[in-house]
Amino acid sequence: MTHGSRVRVPGLARVEGEGGLEIVTSGGRVTEARLDIYEPPRFFEGLLRGRAHTEPPDITARICGICPVAYQMSACAAIEDACGVTVPDSILALRRLLYCGEWIESHALHVYLLHAPDFLGYESGIHMARDHPAIVERGLRLKRAGNRLMEVIGGRSVHPVNVRVGGFYRAPGRRDLHGLAGELEWARQAALDTVSWVAGFSFPDYERDYEFVSLRDPAGYPVMGRRIVSSRGLDIGASEYDDHFTEFQVPHSTALHSVLDGNRTYLVGPLARYSLSSAHLPDVAASAARAAGLGATCANPFRSIIVRAVELVYACDEALRLIEGYEPPDPPSAGVPAAEATGYGCTEAPRGMLYHRYRITGGGAIADAKIVPPTSQNQRAIEADLRDFAQARLDLPTDRLTWECEQAVRSYDPCISCATHFLDLRVSPS
Amino acid sequence: MRLVIGIGNPDRGDDAVGLAVARRVREAAPADVTVTELDGDQLKLLDAWDGAGEVYVVDAVCSGGRPGATYRFDASGPLGTRFAHRGTHTFSLAEVIELARALRRLPTRLAGYGIEAATFTLGAGLSPEAEAAAGAVAGQILDELTGGGPRCAWEQSA
Repeated sequence: MTHGSRVRVPGLARVEGEGGLEIVTSGGRVTEARLDIYEPPRFFEGLLRGRAHTEPPDITARICGICPVAYQMSACAAIEDACGVTVPDSILALRRLLYCGEWIESHALHVYLLHAPDFLGYESGIHMARDHPAIVERGLRLKRAGNRLMEVIGGRSVHPVNVRVGGFYRAPGRRDLHGLAGELEWARQAALDTVSWVAGFSFPDYERDYEFVSLRDPAGYPVMGRRIVSSRGLDIGASEYDDHFTEFQVPHSTALHSVLDGNRTYLVGPLARYSLSSAHLPDVAASAARAAGLGATCANPFRSIIVRAVELVYACDEALRLIEGYEPPDPPSAGVPAAEATGYGCTEAPRGMLYHRYRITGGGAIADAKIVPPTSQNQRAIEADLRDFAQARLDLPTDRLTWECEQAVRSYDPCISCATHFLDLRVSPS
Repeated sequence: MRLVIGIGNPDRGDDAVGLAVARRVREAAPADVTVTELDGDQLKLLDAWDGAGEVYVVDAVCSGGRPGATYRFDASGPLGTRFAHRGTHTFSLAEVIELARALRRLPTRLAGYGIEAATFTLGAGLSPEAEAAAGAVAGQILDELTGGGPRCAWEQSA
């Protein structure tokens, strides 16, 4: 690559949503690496204002077709927090089971159709399917197992309709869930085979010095919980999120960037969850991780495909455990009368921690809402990684460098549709 | 089995136009035709058309064309890049068709219809352009189902 030039990918393939990538060099140095998110903002926080405090789970589920459950769960957690309601364990267990379905379908999609083609030298999952149809079929069946779990609990897999503040409109019967166990047992074995498969890929030697951030979950490996922890000592409640995390606008993106405690770049998502909580994995997932060569932590973003596969094992195993002990919550939801208060909720979307905050009026209307999706939080880390990654590869031909940088971005499984955000336009006098 | 599949998100303006076509076809389809509606996860098509011999799929597209413009393609041969990124979901209809071809899971006969959307506004209904196009495409599919429809590889009505 010549000095003083640009690598530009106007439309990233195999990511959810619309965004681009730009690397600018000058004098043999990378001066800028930008993840350009140009998908239009969608004003969800604005349109929530004035709506009833019971509506955010349904409205925010529409933000993303891949991870609607994450939006519903964070919304419920925040509103119940505001209203001082603690839902029974049986409802928490059913929520966790629903979340397992989302992790399975989202991770299977990313591992098999979005990420694996990079390691095997294919332009797309379609091209990969021509040479490896049985493997792609395995990925599709895994995804279907997750979708089915979401359909049985949530009513449908895209934008589930059975979730409400306080719990569910209707609890699925034991027989409905036990009927899924056979396919989930197949899925757990398929996930173990997935770990073995992806562990054989070739990975760049690219360890990063991340500050990992995820939830700490009293139920085990982090899916839901009320403490936010980091690998550098952060340990706060969800209600303290705004005291430590700051969002800000950058000119090239419709998604806000986020920093921790002033100016610290951090990473959320599978690498963070694994590195902070691998000790909480059940034996079946932990031994698969060890056999795949993972230690207690993983800071190579390219190896995130192994971590996602390990989380697939976890989600299938956890789903089976929850189904085995399932007792339909009765009633299926707790009452959540409105309270004039602000509530905070965080849960672990497949791509990382998702924060919701709602201020509710005494009349039960949403006065103010804040939503911080994981891809938005990871943008700064992605750009920092890209600068270093590209710098070490500037002697590559431009097309090769472009391809490798695209691969690097896909390692984070960015969901650009989720990240697009309200643009805070201010006009200041000169 | 003959099958008509409408795809879309009912809450995103013209993204729902595939669903609107499916509902119109359902009202007048021959008895041996099954009509199905799918949400935005296009990969579900692979299972939805499993075992079907003749399939029609309808989805919204966003390619910069005139709102309400309709497109038709026949999936008997590779679609190339012409429709590759025109879908409104994670995988476009064309990409799922090519994936199905690679996995040998294509129906014997598959026609796709696309309708150019005017708006994807959250909570909005169909635009007048999409509404009109939905009626036209539903009529065209019904013609095909009763033997009088188009047989060209693909065509566009501007």
